Amino acid sequence: MRPEDLLIPTPKGLYCPPADAFIDPLRPVDRALVTHGHADHARPGNAAVMATPETIAIMAARYGEEFCRSRQPSPYGERQKVGDVAVSFHPAGHVLGSAQILLEWKGFRAVVSGDYKRAPDPTCAPFEVVPCDLFVTEATFGLPVFRHPDPAAEVEKLLDSVKLFPERAHLVGAYSLGKAQRLMLLLRQAGWDEPIHLHGAMVRVTEAYRALGVDVGETIQVAAAERPKLAGAIVICPPSALRELWARKFPDPVAVAASGWLRVRARARQGGVELPLVVSDHADWDELRRTIVDTGAGEIWVTHGEEDALVHWCGTSGLKARPLRLVGYGDEGEGESAGEEDAPSS
Amino acid sequence: MNRFAFLLDRLSYEPRRNAKIRLIADYFRETPDPERGWALAALTGALKFRHAKSGLIRGLIMERTDPVLFDLSYDFVGDLAETVALMWPGEPRANRTPPLSEIVDGLATTAKLDLPKRLETWLDALDETGRWALLKLITGSLRIGASARLAKTAVAALGAEVKPDDVELVWPGLEPPYEDLFAWVEGRGEKPFAEDPAPFRPPMLAHPLEDANFRAFDPKEFAAEWKWDGIRVQASAGTDGEGKHVARLWSRSGEDVSEAFPDLVEALTFDGAIDGELLILREGRVQTFNVLQQRLNRKSVTPKLLAEFPAHIRAYDLLFEGGEDLRELPFSERRKRLEAFVAREANHVVDISPLVAFDDWDGLAAARLDPASAGAGDDAAAVEGLMVKRRDSPYVVGRPKGLWFKWKHDPMTVDAVLMYAQRGHGRRSSFYSDYTFGVWREAGEGQELVPVGKAYFGFTDEELAELDRFVRRNTTNRFGPVREVVHTEDQGLVLEIAFEGIARSARHKSGVAMRFPRVSRIRWDKPTAEADRLESLEKLIAEREIA
Repeated sequence: MRPEDLLIPTPKGLYCPPADAFIDPLRPVDRALVTHGHADHARPGNAAVMATPETIAIMAARYGEEFCRSRQPSPYGERQKVGDVAVSFHPAGHVLGSAQILLEWKGFRAVVSGDYKRAPDPTCAPFEVVPCDLFVTEATFGLPVFRHPDPAAEVEKLLDSVKLFPERAHLVGAYSLGKAQRLMLLLRQAGWDEPIHLHGAMVRVTEAYRALGVDVGETIQVAAAERPKLAGAIVICPPSALRELWARKFPDPVAVAASGWLRVRARARQGGVELPLVVSDHADWDELRRTIVDTGAGEIWVTHGEEDALVHWCGTSGLKARPLRLVGYGDEGEGESAGEEDAPSS
Repeated sequence: MNRFAFLLDRLSYEPRRNAKIRLIADYFRETPDPERGWALAALTGALKFRHAKSGLIRGLIMERTDPVLFDLSYDFVGDLAETVALMWPGEPRANRTPPLSEIVDGLATTAKLDLPKRLETWLDALDETGRWALLKLITGSLRIGASARLAKTAVAALGAEVKPDDVELVWPGLEPPYEDLFAWVEGRGEKPFAEDPAPFRPPMLAHPLEDANFRAFDPKEFAAEWKWDGIRVQASAGTDGEGKHVARLWSRSGEDVSEAFPDLVEALTFDGAIDGELLILREGRVQTFNVLQQRLNRKSVTPKLLAEFPAHIRAYDLLFEGGEDLRELPFSERRKRLEAFVAREANHVVDISPLVAFDDWDGLAAARLDPASAGAGDDAAAVEGLMVKRRDSPYVVGRPKGLWFKWKHDPMTVDAVLMYAQRGHGRRSSFYSDYTFGVWREAGEGQELVPVGKAYFGFTDEELAELDRFVRRNTTNRFGPVREVVHTEDQGLVLEIAFEGIARSARHKSGVAMRFPRVSRIRWDKPTAEADRLESLEKLIAEREIA
């Protein structure tokens, strides 16, 4: 058999004929397998959705209980038959509930990674290597310039700045699902015991995390009238809010942002960021390459991001690889945050 | 080096001018001589290294990394120094971090053959920020939003009574690492002698007239002159303490551009300072900006270049005559002095920009629409509008309100179709921000799009994000870094392009070349089939040729 018998890239997303299901479909379909809750991968309106229980809870919190007609929760590691295919979900370490999807059919194993990272993240289960024949990988940070630093050291920069400017408010632009909660826990680990203030757009997902057992400590939703009084506070908001009128009512706000893109200086300047924190929920160049090798896959498909460099590297390493050039992924922050984590991918 | 790299890093993210000055001044306070002097030299662009160039950096990175991966990374990051700093596969070693002075000395004195080895050792010893700062020094363009003027202002801030202009005046007599300068501003030493006889004086700038309700003004209180489409310059010349005549040509932002214009500088035999426009004149006729740009683009100044592109200054104003500062005088007075000055000097590279006579605002509006019949004659194509100046205006540094106005021609516009996109550099790097656009022309049975130009500004950051997304989602083909974007009769994106001029060009496939094209509106609403046709551009050229 050929890998193309199991998976076909289509304008609606990756299609699996023997399961008659789409993975992370871009348009409503009858049966969707969803890797994680970010808006570019998990869209409302599908008839049936199979995902991890956490992802289903997150989709319900974001889109309302009516986000699909029927739900099939699939806890990590459990095999379920979809058509002729055995489907199982395995931790991807990207955000809470995020999964790689393993498809087993006629002795052939394909893994669709969704988005993933290998770096430790206290808000979600750590990435698990799933050996396979075909590995379909993301490549958001698929360039050798992307090497994510230690996130604890990045958060330390924020705390240093808070110490240096106690009279100013620190507004941290971060994507509301995953990045925000990870930052909260990183801050707690670094000893920040004060309440963390949240922009309204952050509240629903943070509550969903709490309900799923992720304790981020005390958070307070920012009330409009309270803004001028928040000197010395740390406020987490969508990146786009940094440039809005909303931000100006804080005492001499410092524009902080947390994203893997901020390793490129122009990115930070384009967003008007004064204090960039390079904290990413995606695999960096080294992690992408390590993961490809770890899976033992003989064939690599690269879905979205900087495909060209990763495909080139696979070639020089003797691995068969092709770019899928799927469009539509890489805008996790769309609507909420232009210029966020995944905005410039291909 | 770490402290200097940290300063550059902070500066690159700090948007506020005053905060930048504070950061630099703090650095000068905390850093001893000569280290801080070398930093000042770096910030003011006074460091030039003969052998250390971009090519050296490229050579090193090509040895250490895969060239394809380097090219893709450079295309994304858009800055050579930053790409290499981020990609450098440095192995942590117990290397000592070299101080800035050692690096500057090493770059200046190391023999060309030994330099790669030396640079590699430094790159291995430094962290990412340190590597970035070092490579920025070598490539010579810091691009951290800190001008030479800003650095000098920070030096002045070290002293109690020193103004930035005082630093500017003593500056040309000084050499890095400027120990005498720091000693003087900190009150530990004498004011450095050797005041510059040909210093830069910050120019006076104008507001757009559209912003002012000018019809309420009394036209008699104003004078008007052509706004020439060249480069605003200041020609400053005088005699130093030892009797030597010194002449310099300054850009609007205070960069010494004398080296690029030896033909002009050697003819500045006068003693004074002229504010004017740098133009190319051939047989007395002002050439378009296109022509001037061809001279500016050449790296080496050869006799052939000088003969082909003779540079010229068209004088607007006289700031100094001999040692006398005229800037407090009203414009009308300075104008008389300028007329006499230019007549007396009878200089073949300097002439005076004529005033445009008018009785009322309607008359001036007519002159703006038709410069050829209002006195500009054959040079009308090089006029980009009018300058309107209060007759009683003193020459004030900066952009004072209510004194000078610019009244530019309305730009021409064309609705074109986006055809190709490429990632930009600098501020717009990593976004698809360079757009090739085209218009329709007949082709066999139907019609086809022919590229007519490239635009890479005119949009807001939000619009850039939308355009970038459009490009990524509608890519139909890739040619290296260039993406072909869908452009058919029923699919694609129409951009309204504004431009300042248009001319025939043999170098372009379409036969036309635009001046200063930029995206003035994104026409999400407009079907591609309704974009403009090549004939309408050709008609615009024909109209201008007749005019």
